[in-house]
Amino acid sequence: MSTELIIAIIITIAGAATPILLAALGELVVEKSGVLNLGVEGMMLIGAVITVAVTLTTGNHLLAVVCAALAASLSSLIFGVLTLTLSANQVATGLALTILGTGFSALFGQPYTGKDVPLLRSPFPPELATDPIWRVLFGYSPLVYFALIMVVVVWWFLQKTRAGLILRAVGENDLSAHSIGYPVIGIRYLAVAFGGAMAGIAGSCFPLFLTPQWVERLTTGRGWIALALVVFAAWRPFRLLAGAYFFGLMMIFEIYAKTNSAFRVLPSEFWAALPYLATVLVLVLISLRREGSTAAPACLGKPFVATG
Amino acid sequence: MTDMPARLALRGITKRFPGVLANDNVSFEVKPGEIHALLGENGAGKSTLVKMIYGIMQPDAGEIFWNGERVTVANPKAARKLGVGMVFQHFSLFEAMTVLENIALGMDSKIPARELESKIRDVMDQYGLKLDPQRIVADLSVGERQRIEIVRALLLNPSLLIMDEPTSVLTPQEVDQLFVVLRQLAKEGCSILYISHKLHEIKALCETATILRGGRLVDTCDPRVETSRSMAEKMIGGNLKTIQKPAGRAFGAEKLVVKRLSMAGSGHFGIPLRDISLSVRAGEIFGIAGVAGNGQNALLLALSGEEPVSDAAAITIDGQPVGDLNAKRRRLKGLASVPEERNGHAAVPDFTLSDNAVLTARDRLGLAVRGLIRPGAAKKYAGDVISTFAVKATGSEAAAGSLSGGNLQKYIMGREILQKPTVLVVSQPTWGVDAGAAAAIHQAIVDLAATGSAVVVISQDLDELLGLCDTLAVINEGRLSKSMKVSEADIDEIGLLMGGIHGETEAAHAA
Repeated sequence: MSTELIIAIIITIAGAATPILLAALGELVVEKSGVLNLGVEGMMLIGAVITVAVTLTTGNHLLAVVCAALAASLSSLIFGVLTLTLSANQVATGLALTILGTGFSALFGQPYTGKDVPLLRSPFPPELATDPIWRVLFGYSPLVYFALIMVVVVWWFLQKTRAGLILRAVGENDLSAHSIGYPVIGIRYLAVAFGGAMAGIAGSCFPLFLTPQWVERLTTGRGWIALALVVFAAWRPFRLLAGAYFFGLMMIFEIYAKTNSAFRVLPSEFWAALPYLATVLVLVLISLRREGSTAAPACLGKPFVATG
Repeated sequence: MTDMPARLALRGITKRFPGVLANDNVSFEVKPGEIHALLGENGAGKSTLVKMIYGIMQPDAGEIFWNGERVTVANPKAARKLGVGMVFQHFSLFEAMTVLENIALGMDSKIPARELESKIRDVMDQYGLKLDPQRIVADLSVGERQRIEIVRALLLNPSLLIMDEPTSVLTPQEVDQLFVVLRQLAKEGCSILYISHKLHEIKALCETATILRGGRLVDTCDPRVETSRSMAEKMIGGNLKTIQKPAGRAFGAEKLVVKRLSMAGSGHFGIPLRDISLSVRAGEIFGIAGVAGNGQNALLLALSGEEPVSDAAAITIDGQPVGDLNAKRRRLKGLASVPEERNGHAAVPDFTLSDNAVLTARDRLGLAVRGLIRPGAAKKYAGDVISTFAVKATGSEAAAGSLSGGNLQKYIMGREILQKPTVLVVSQPTWGVDAGAAAAIHQAIVDLAATGSAVVVISQDLDELLGLCDTLAVINEGRLSKSMKVSEADIDEIGLLMGGIHGETEAAHAA
């Protein structure tokens, strides 16, 4: 295998892993606060379609990503009002949000279908990335670096800051947090909004460097993988990182199965499904090995009603 | 001291919930350095009252004075700022977090972890509280968990500490340690508002008692000159029934025999059972005493059949081996059981009372035939239990979770007792239950035994066992002591057995 090919593979892995990682990091924070938002896929689609629209209209990538984050965050607040303020069932509301996101993005994306979206390239000067070895360091879209930084930020926030401690406390025992005097609902709103923003940015990845065109259901179920990843990574940011990159690695097979005859032993659908299957399988195995109870936040998915 | 304003004074506090007047014009004072008891049955309004003092709720009417000045306690943060600390009955702890993190969450200001840890160590040294700040709460005993709450409250240098039923889950030794801390605090000038319905503790600890009944203040008295009985009668507003136990009863044939029962501990912290042997005769009430966490849970699971053992002959009912049978099959053989945890173990809180009746009585009473529930029969049975045991509920279709602790416990006990079991095994039958309901439950156990059933009572409340049982044994680290007749039992010896022969044995105090 040539160096070129290996480097291309590495860059492909990072690209495929990034949206899953971003969405999963957001959902991790949401779930740590005790809320289960199954609307990740829908919010990613909203982020993706807004990115397409803003990029094609203004040509400004940064503005597109910011708008995507805001739009998805706004959609997550619909979820927030229903589940947090009105105590609606989180599972049903989350599923409804995905349906909403799918429908909204299909409708809104109609005029942009098939138009080429300009790629968001590496933020570093191209001279740095001419040499193949340097390309491994400097050859990615800015969102790839952003996702890696966010792994550390989320870990640091949850483990090292007081605000993170309070957020975990709210997810662990909402009644106690309330009785100590923390605003449970307010904290959950913030977490949900953050999760929405991260899902929106995850959605941006698709048009900006994965498949630079709008088509319906552009995110192809990656939101669901992100959700599964959070659970199997036992709500730990660095395990999320490993899981997301493993998924990216498996994606390689799908891509090369299309071009390389050696992969034809099995139907292409198998290779397309492999990343999903393998990721879930590996994560299940990892989580089996863990002793004791699961690391799930104790209040995950339970509505909080202040009884005074 | 007399001209000093009261640390806390309540004037005409009233709080109304839909359909209930929780507090009706309640006024009393707590002096500086006083240990003041707030007494009352479950539902008397004690918890509502302290929630208003701590700012969790706001009174509908009335005034709160702090050191002579009128204050509004908007929220718990404001209460802590005034100098009010609170230790909750149901600990407000975060199980998956460390002791240190839990305490940090209770602080209003941001303190670096290292500084906080040294502060915690100072407070623990000062009051002789032992705790490792780095341990995960889920791994700690109930007593240790309470210590977290106390340390958390003490770190704020409170001048009023509210303790909501602090001893309901503690061992006698832990209660003694707690009292030492509370007396030291009071000596240093901190007032303590102590909520409980354990009267002998209040007599031992408190200088003043305010008694609530049905949301109203009925009396303020000095518990040191009152008797437990007189205070209990004020609490329930009537005469307290003592257990009617026919004297000189003869016991019949052996009903439940356990021979060399051993079982591995389940889960991380399960205590294994080692070589347990006991025998209970018809008409006999057999008590198992012991400090929490010495294998009582495992023993209940082994006896009830939730955890069958491989050796069928280890447990026999009427001479038939049942050790390898599950709970359902043992029920058919005549064994009924009531576990310690009411909500979620003994009863499903979201189910109606009649559905809860079907869960354990379906086979013995034919409440389900060929897989189909007979709703009429179930309702009738639930209604019988409710009326026979004077359960306060809106009817057989009330959700189990809507009942107060004492009423649900009466219902659960009644559900088993009316099935006329040959053997009844109960754990902590009056845990968190008020005096009136406890008396009713005790009487029901005695009456069941009088009809020829064998009863096993597992409890951490030694007073309860001494009053109720005919025979007593002590469980310690999964081993059961020899049985002794309660009439001949020596309290000091029981205390030593409870502490383990080699343990740090302060002889159990006779209250």
